[in-house]
Amino acid sequence: MSILINENTKVIVQGITGATGLFHTKQAMQYGTNIVGGVTPGKGGTEIEGIPVFDTVSEAVAKTGAEASVIYVPPPFAADAIMEATDAGVDVVITITEGIPVTDMIKVKRFMEDKKTRLIGPNCPGVITPDECKIGIMPGYIHQKGHVGVVSRSGTLTYEAVHQLSTAGVGQSTAVGIGGDPVNGTDFIDVLNLFNEDPDTKAVIMIGEIGGTAEEEAAAWIKKHMTKPVVGFIGGRTAPPGKRMGHAGAIISGGKGTADEKIKTLNDAGVQVAETPAVMGETLINVLKENNLYETCLTHK
Amino acid sequence: MNIHEYQGKELLREYGVAVPNGQVAYSVEEAVEAAQSLGSNVTVVKAQIHAGGRGKAGGVKLAKTIDDVRTYADEILGKTLVTHQTGPEGKEVKRLWIEEGSDILNEYYVGIVVDRATSRITMMASEEGGTEIEEVAEKTPEKIFREVVDPVTGLMPYQARRLAFNINIPKELLKEAVKFMMGLYKVFEEKDCSIVEINPLVTTGDGKVMALDAKLNFDDNALYRQKDVYALRDLDEEDPKEIEASKYDLSYISLDGNIGCMVNGAGLAMSTMDIIKHYHGDPANFLDVGGGADAEKVTAAFKIILEDDHVEGIYVNIFGGIMKCDVIAEGVVAATKEVGLEIPLVVRLEGTNVELGKKILEESGLNITAADSMADGAQKIVSLVQA
Repeated sequence: MSILINENTKVIVQGITGATGLFHTKQAMQYGTNIVGGVTPGKGGTEIEGIPVFDTVSEAVAKTGAEASVIYVPPPFAADAIMEATDAGVDVVITITEGIPVTDMIKVKRFMEDKKTRLIGPNCPGVITPDECKIGIMPGYIHQKGHVGVVSRSGTLTYEAVHQLSTAGVGQSTAVGIGGDPVNGTDFIDVLNLFNEDPDTKAVIMIGEIGGTAEEEAAAWIKKHMTKPVVGFIGGRTAPPGKRMGHAGAIISGGKGTADEKIKTLNDAGVQVAETPAVMGETLINVLKENNLYETCLTHK
Repeated sequence: MNIHEYQGKELLREYGVAVPNGQVAYSVEEAVEAAQSLGSNVTVVKAQIHAGGRGKAGGVKLAKTIDDVRTYADEILGKTLVTHQTGPEGKEVKRLWIEEGSDILNEYYVGIVVDRATSRITMMASEEGGTEIEEVAEKTPEKIFREVVDPVTGLMPYQARRLAFNINIPKELLKEAVKFMMGLYKVFEEKDCSIVEINPLVTTGDGKVMALDAKLNFDDNALYRQKDVYALRDLDEEDPKEIEASKYDLSYISLDGNIGCMVNGAGLAMSTMDIIKHYHGDPANFLDVGGGADAEKVTAAFKIILEDDHVEGIYVNIFGGIMKCDVIAEGVVAATKEVGLEIPLVVRLEGTNVELGKKILEESGLNITAADSMADGAQKIVSLVQA
């Protein structure tokens, strides 16, 4: 079991003929992802890497039965691409694109309000269910199949956490990057909820960073609903206020969104927070041992 | 991106938002000419820098005569203002805004932001104008009123009216206040702002509702479609190293320490700063080389780090996903050869093609310290710099 995607998920790629889209499509296929089609307006009817290309997402969905779409189109066209995928009725649309204007995302969120499609991202590494399905730009080989759920606002920091877990023999059920933008499709709570209901996920590692209050809201939710152990990490403890730390969402403003505040709130909700990014894996393993879950979660030697 | 107050006011005026008359001046003479052509009884001389707290730092003066204007302009131009937002080094004043004095009755606050929790644009208003809104939010949160905007309709007049009533704008000025708020929202939406703050918004003796100050920030992601806004960028207000970095699409922020950092990914870059601090070191910068870095970008990043005289060592921490470790390694080697590195360099590589990357570093014959993990690298660079 896993969340969001698995070995049966049929995936289409929006922007498949672009350099980035094509590179990651090949990587995903090598990993075993079931890529069934691509969309590039004007290139419908052609094939690339043996994959049929369609002009529209609705046509791609009708012909292939795709359930998930991944978006690699450039920022000016990304909002439109997300809405097209939503309109075509895919279950999940994963947006890798970085640099989408925030007002575009506000419109996207409004558009998606009463629709069934779930948006992951934008500005995220994607989602991976190890050994089954990789949608996004993460290096597949660092992941191992297992029982720890990973959810994160940051890409490379997720790789760091996953690598620490895999090296210690602790596999992952699914790793979800929710992205570093202030307005995104899926938040921590949505993913925690999915992990909570997934029988194969035994514990969760949640990686946040400065800016906004998503971690605080997640802490309140965890306290009330979460039945599985959660450990955390917050990046940007030493970041100065008022400076945007790369991610559009990572900024301390008006005294809000500091790492210390987030760590305190998480601790109050019973979430152990790793002291440094180097001990994210170790912190989780200690919590697994405290909860008698270590044996179950130790999936590899 | 930030712009100056006067640029913000000129933009507001285009959208029918009332602002006092004024002119920009780059010299004392221009300031005097501006004051003469305004011809008001009282003239305000305002320093134009990208930071708040100018008044307290002596950057805003009320002049009653033309001679006063000359004196104040001479005093403020070229002066380095230190405010709570400039940092201890302050900012040099190169432009002035000469504005007609206003007959102020009352001061209010109006701001527009993107609210993350609702994913909507939100307009906020308060009767407590003039003070920092964060302070109002903390001490008297009941005095801040909010209207959440539906992106389909934009701000509706009833919302503007409700805000105006809530902050007790006099009834006879209601129409003016609504016009002001509607215009303000339009600017925010059409110009892709990330923050618009009018503090204070004032009512005047001659029946106006005006922006006495204007802080406008813009969404960097949207600048590609806001060419006229981008043209307002004032490079004098930015860190030269940050400007150089932006040319190569690198995300760089100067800090006060002595350990230069080069990392891929914003989250990992922030955490690298954190772990250096944890081991009692002090990062000199935040630098995210991004996902698609090549040798040229890595070289540029190295040069920017080394331009900072405080840097006594460099820590490269790369987890290659999209980015391949061998490409990074080649970049590091090329850059080291090109700039002739004389300070300690610790490199931690992990991810795609990591073995190849490590091999390239080893075979380069350069004095590069390899690290096995993020913590190992941080400890090594801290001890090398302290040695």
